[in-house]
Amino acid sequence: MRYQPLNLGRRVLWSATALLFLAAPQVFSASFALTLMTQMGTMIIFALSYNMLLGQGGMLSFGHAVYSGLGAYLSVHALNLAGQGAFPLPLPLLPLVGGLAGLAFGVLFGYVTTRRAGTTFALISLGVGEMVFAGVLMFPGFFGGEAGISTNRVVGQPFLGISFGPAIQVYYLVAVWCFVCMAAMFALTQTPLGRMANAVRDNPERAEFVGYNTQHVRFLQLALSAFFAGVSGALSCINFEIVSAENVSAIRSGGVLLATYIGGVPFFFGPIVGAVVFIFFVVALSGFTKAWLLYLGLFFLLMVLYAPGGIASIILMQIPVIRARRFGELVLPYALAAGAALVALAGLIGIVEMVYRLSEQGANTVLAVLGLSFDARTTPPWLAFGAVLVAGLAALRHAARFVSARWDTIQQSLQARAA
Amino acid sequence: MLPVLFSAMEFVLVQTLNGISYGLLLFMLSSGLTLVFSLMGVLNFAHASFYMLGAYFAYQVSAKFGFWPALVVAPLLVGAVGMLVERWGLRTVHKYGHVAELLFTFGLAYLIEEAVHLIWGRLAVEYRVPAELDGPLFHIMGSQYPIYRGFMMLVSVTMLVSIWLALTRTRIGLVIQAALTHPQTVEALGHNVPRVFMLVFGGGAALAGLAGVIGGNAFVTEPGMAAAVGPIIFVIVVVGGMGSLAGAFVASLLIGCLQTFAVSLDWSLGGITVSQAAPVLPYLLMVLLLIFRPKGLMGTREG
Repeated sequence: MRYQPLNLGRRVLWSATALLFLAAPQVFSASFALTLMTQMGTMIIFALSYNMLLGQGGMLSFGHAVYSGLGAYLSVHALNLAGQGAFPLPLPLLPLVGGLAGLAFGVLFGYVTTRRAGTTFALISLGVGEMVFAGVLMFPGFFGGEAGISTNRVVGQPFLGISFGPAIQVYYLVAVWCFVCMAAMFALTQTPLGRMANAVRDNPERAEFVGYNTQHVRFLQLALSAFFAGVSGALSCINFEIVSAENVSAIRSGGVLLATYIGGVPFFFGPIVGAVVFIFFVVALSGFTKAWLLYLGLFFLLMVLYAPGGIASIILMQIPVIRARRFGELVLPYALAAGAALVALAGLIGIVEMVYRLSEQGANTVLAVLGLSFDARTTPPWLAFGAVLVAGLAALRHAARFVSARWDTIQQSLQARAA
Repeated sequence: MLPVLFSAMEFVLVQTLNGISYGLLLFMLSSGLTLVFSLMGVLNFAHASFYMLGAYFAYQVSAKFGFWPALVVAPLLVGAVGMLVERWGLRTVHKYGHVAELLFTFGLAYLIEEAVHLIWGRLAVEYRVPAELDGPLFHIMGSQYPIYRGFMMLVSVTMLVSIWLALTRTRIGLVIQAALTHPQTVEALGHNVPRVFMLVFGGGAALAGLAGVIGGNAFVTEPGMAAAVGPIIFVIVVVGGMGSLAGAFVASLLIGCLQTFAVSLDWSLGGITVSQAAPVLPYLLMVLLLIFRPKGLMGTREG
């Protein structure tokens, strides 16, 4: 059953996305913003390919970086060979090399991992990820060990003045691939395979009775997802011009899981939101504080506990309220909750930063906030930040009750009207 | 000829003893994981993090009060942390299903590792074997066997025997066993099953903590120790068969011996020595087993 193929709303949405990709570097032209956006584009492909497993196929993988990383390794070798003149390879087609490599490894490892589903699949994917990581370190000749393999993305003669040396040209290359991959992965969700993947996720037993081999469906879904992961790996290889063991590590695999989940697993566009937020956390926040991973992990835990549909579900939940023109009633409770959360966050950040200053040897224990400077070795700042945190949490609790009370009244009246 | 044979025998003997002591340590970890998994259906991704917490708590306590108090206090502290996690975290996500629970513990592992970074720094801490346990226990054909290795075996075996007695001979143990298969019936008989879950989760965490106390100073106490041992115990659970305690026991000893032997062999295969390939071997074993026996060594269910 298909509903309204390519309706107006969908056309508008995709055109707006394309326009956004085109116009973004004109608006945010600083080189920092450009790097950020290039990484976001790569991460969007990676997170979407991950969601082909977790969201669409119900396969929780702890080793997805295997496919992007190995794709990146093969592309870096292809690029280096092309640079030596072994064969002509236009740079824009390099992601295809990465994608095919990802696909090949997806077929190879997927044969083993997709034999089981659920929790066992998760564990096996973790094991395969660890195996590949250890294997990469075992063969320094091909994989370059811890240091990795570096490359130069400028190969051959510039074509129409495009050499892919400047960052802006790399951005557009990533943007085009990102758009194409987004469209392709969305199209895949509409195919019979995409539908069967959903069926296998929701009720494997019934899918078997309809006559599908669930293992085969999982296998195909994983192989295709590995293709897109390989594409993103090749793009990151073009962007950073280096591929190291970190590219296949559990850290990367965990990162893409965090990004996808924070964005919203049940929705196609969720991972796109998640990738943008994640890269923002990684690149922007890591410049400010060494504790950024702690904040990211805490954010992830809060999402798992209170918003299992991710940011996307929070956004989508507001739409019926906005349609009914009742969003105005929610503005005050939302503002109060946000204010309380900010207060609690301020207290938490204060405590975390003080802990960090105390544990790091030789770090300056004197911190300055809002023109006030204080020493983390004394008691008063601890009491002050602790009080701020407790007060913020208490206020947040009240505000959350306020929000849910308003929310319930609106939902009840909406349901009453529908009935 | 004879000296060569003797040195080979000595090598095998010492490595087997080392392998068994390491395997028993692994079983202390994997048994808690398996018990929690079969009781609650939750695969606790943060299990290795509890192991790490045990080592760090023991380091902190032993710096103030010495090793012996730490041996008791640190596992209890970790168990308390585990109970808090079950009560205020897992019980909340339980309604979203097993994937959400797994993701919650995954996030928790992240958080614990970062918290350890923040509090104790990124380098290894000086958590040492106590002086009274430092030294050789006995000599086998010229090479000495450390007391601490023997102590590790003693602690693991004592712990495991008492757990087994507690599970089979005490009232609470019988309730736990019954709750494994028939939670509704146990609840109907008036037992507080959620509290049993909390106790078991805390118990599993305490067991991991104890493994951390005795493993932390035998090996090294550093923020990466959870990430290093975590995948291994998951492999053990898969190889042994999900939810099978006996399988976990066999797989723990197998992988303990496999790793100990592999790191000390320098036979070369195609330019790579066995010791270089050692980190890959457990995972390779898992992959091979999955191809030929998907339900694991002693697993009962497939799926």
